Amino acid sequence: MNSVLALIALATIGTAVTALAGRNLLHSVLLFAVSWAGIAAFFLWSGAEFAAFAQALVYIGAISMAVLFAILLTRHSRDDFAPEPALAGRAFAAVLTGTAVAGVLIWAVASSPLAAAPSPVPAVTVRSLGWQLMGPPAAALLATGVLLTVALIGAVVIAAGERPSKPGDPP
Amino acid sequence: MSPLQLCLAFSSVLFAVGLAGALARSNAILVLLGIELMLNAANLNFIAFWRYGPATSPSTGVIFVLFSIAVAAAEAAVGLALIIAIYRHQRSIRLPEAARLKG
Repeated sequence: MNSVLALIALATIGTAVTALAGRNLLHSVLLFAVSWAGIAAFFLWSGAEFAAFAQALVYIGAISMAVLFAILLTRHSRDDFAPEPALAGRAFAAVLTGTAVAGVLIWAVASSPLAAAPSPVPAVTVRSLGWQLMGPPAAALLATGVLLTVALIGAVVIAAGERPSKPGDPP
Repeated sequence: MSPLQLCLAFSSVLFAVGLAGALARSNAILVLLGIELMLNAANLNFIAFWRYGPATSPSTGVIFVLFSIAVAAAEAAVGLALIIAIYRHQRSIRLPEAARLKG
């Protein structure tokens, strides 16, 4: 059982590291889709099928497509991906920070008295989930719907922008 | 380590990878993807505590994850729109060059 978790974790973290360290943006996004699929696999492994379904639909389906379109719309030249020696120090500091954060978090997790006994998988069906969502979190559900609508309209307004300037204007 | 601790360690490493990526890269899209990875690590924690933590209402963790995914989707949409707007002004999506408003 733990070997499956280890496999999922290795695949997810490995693809995420490769994607963030890579030079080619398109390869990075495709690797990120694999990483998100790994997270969906973790949800399936934990028994949260509906969350896995939502993860696959939203991340692998929608967000990766949106990112691919953003790359196609903003692709300028291959210079964008050229190695930058000036940033090597910043990359080193970032990796150091990430390692420190991971160390502190894992130390905190390992030294906490968390429940050791495996509990039974909570039974959650789509029907019960729907009834629960219509209960106390109903107001939050409505607020999320409004948030998504406002974000969609805002994104369209920001991305549409104004007309392109005339050739003589300064950039 | 118990399964809960293994799941939390997995999520911690994923969070750290996202943090390091968001700090290290100068490409705005990769920074956004790093932030998405950190959000995903938080979702892993919700599911891990729902599965192995003390018993609560049967679907609390899943509901948290659904809301979190919805907010992450809204954030990604607005973030990508901002990246496209930055590209229109700068002709580049490298963040060090997007410093026009810097004091």
